[in-house]
Amino acid sequence: MSTWRIARLIAAKDLRIELRSRIVTNQVLPFAALVMVMFAFALDNDAVLTRVAPGLVWLATMFSMLVLVQRAFAVESADGALDALQVAGVRPGGIFLGKSLALAIELAVLEIVLLIAAVVLYQADVAGSGVLLLVATFVAATTGLAFVGTLYGGLAAGAKGRETLLPLLMLPVVAPVLIGATRATEAAFGTNGATSSEGWPWVGLLVLFAALFGLGGTLAFGSLIDE
Amino acid sequence: MFAVMSTSDQTPYVIASYVITLGGIGLYVWRLLARARKIAPQVREEDRPWT
Amino acid sequence: MTPTPTPSPGRTAVARPTGTRFTRVLGAAVLLGMAWLVLFGLFLSPNDEKQKAGVRILYIHVPTAWLAYLAFIVTGVSSAAYLFKRTRSLTWDRIAGASAEIGVLFMGITLVTGSLWGRISWGIFWTWDSRLTTTAFLFVTYIGYLAVRNLGGTHQQRARRSAIIALLAVLEVPLVHFSVKWWRPLHQQESVAEGKLSGLMLFSLFVGLIAFTLLYVWLLLHRQRVMAMEDALDDQGLDVALAERRAEGAQV
Repeated sequence: MSTWRIARLIAAKDLRIELRSRIVTNQVLPFAALVMVMFAFALDNDAVLTRVAPGLVWLATMFSMLVLVQRAFAVESADGALDALQVAGVRPGGIFLGKSLALAIELAVLEIVLLIAAVVLYQADVAGSGVLLLVATFVAATTGLAFVGTLYGGLAAGAKGRETLLPLLMLPVVAPVLIGATRATEAAFGTNGATSSEGWPWVGLLVLFAALFGLGGTLAFGSLIDE
Repeated sequence: MFAVMSTSDQTPYVIASYVITLGGIGLYVWRLLARARKIAPQVREEDRPWT
Repeated sequence: MTPTPTPSPGRTAVARPTGTRFTRVLGAAVLLGMAWLVLFGLFLSPNDEKQKAGVRILYIHVPTAWLAYLAFIVTGVSSAAYLFKRTRSLTWDRIAGASAEIGVLFMGITLVTGSLWGRISWGIFWTWDSRLTTTAFLFVTYIGYLAVRNLGGTHQQRARRSAIIALLAVLEVPLVHFSVKWWRPLHQQESVAEGKLSGLMLFSLFVGLIAFTLLYVWLLLHRQRVMAMEDALDDQGLDVALAERRAEGAQV
C-alpha cells in the first residue's frame, strides 16, 4: 500500500471518529470562541482589540490545538491502537502524514470559526488583495502546526504526565509560526497600515517551517512512537 | 545608554549576580555528589569502570 | 583509586563514588579558578569608563553563556553519534543528557545575570532582542528535552527518543532565531559586547572563561558517571526481579 493511501485511510478514520464523537464541535470550538471573548474582557479596548486581533486568532488556535492533539492521540493510545498499527506493519511515515492531515483539517475548521469571531467581535477587516494572502497564510501555517502537533503528540502519547509535557515541548517549537502567521495576517487585515506585500516573506517562512517539520516528522515518527 | 546608575547603586546587582552564580552552581554540585554517594554502594564495582 | 572491598552490591560507603585522580586535580583547578575570578572580577580589575561596576557581571555572564551554547552543541553532536549506528552507545546518550542538564543550569545563570546587567546598563531587565529571545527559547527547549529524558521506558527507548528531540531542537533554534530577528529588526545592533574591554578587564574575562570551561568538564564527567550508576542500578533491579521469578518457577 502506498504511503499516501495509508495516510488517507488514517486521516479518514480520525475524522470519522471526531465526527461521531462530536467532541470538536461541541467542546473544542466553543472553548476557542470563549477564549476570544475572554481576550476582549482582558484587553477592554476596541482600538487595541482591532490592533491585536491577528495575534489573538493565532494564540487561540495554538491553545485549542493542544486540546486537539491530546484528543488525536488519546484515541490511539487508549486501546494500544498505535502499537497495533505498527505491529501490522503500517509504515510510520504514513501514520504521521495521515494523523497530520486529520489534524490539519480540524485546525482549519477551528481557524475559520476564530477568523469569523475576529471579524465580528474585534472589527477585523479583510479586503482586496488581502484575501489571497490570508488564504496562503492559513494553509501554510496550518500545515506546519499540524506536523509539529502530530510529531510531539506522538512522542507524548502514552507517557505519564503528557497533558503537561505537551505544551512545554510544543509551544517553543511553534513560536516561529505564531510570529510569522501573526505578521502575515496583520498584513492581510491591513492592521496599522500594513500592506499585503509585507506579508508574503512571512508566508515564505511558514512554508519553510512546514516543509522542514514535514520532512523531519516523516523520518523520525517511527522511532518516536516505537515502544 | 550606559550608566543609568551610579557605581554605588550598581554594587548590589553585581554582588547578587556573583552570589546567584556561585550559589546555584554550588547547590547543583552538592546535590550531584550527594546523589553519587547515595547510590554508589548499591552499584557493582564493575559498573563503575572509572574507579 | 579507591578499592571497594565489597564485590557485590552492599551498603558500604564508597569514598569517592564518581571521582578519579584526574577529576580531583580538575576540581582543585576549578576551585582555584573561581577564587581567581572572584578576586579579579570583584576586586583587582578596574571599573569600566562607561559601564562602571556593571562590567564585573560580564566576567561571569559571558563565560556561562558561551559554555551553555557549547553544552547544547555537545548534546546535539552526542545525540547524532547515538543515532548513527556505527557509534551507537548509551555513553553518548548519557553525555548528551549530562551536557543538556549543565547547559540548562548555565543558561539559567546567564539569563539571571544578563537581566541584572541589563537593569544597571540599559535600565531594563529585558529587551526583545533576537539574541536574548533565542537564548530564552533555548532554555525552555532544553528543559523540555530533560523532561523527555524522564519519560521512562528502557534505556534504549529513552536514548533514541531524546536523541531525536535533541536533533529537532537543532532544527528549531535557527527558525526561532531568524523569525525573531525579522520580527524586531530595530533591536539588532543592541549587542551584549558593547564597549571595549582592555588590560585587566580582558584578563578577568579570560580567567572566567577558563574557570567555567574547567567547571563544565568536571560537571560533565561527574554527571555522566552518576547517570551510568543510575542506569546500572535500574538494570540490577531488573536482574534481581528476573532471578526472583526464576527461583519461584524452580520451586513449583
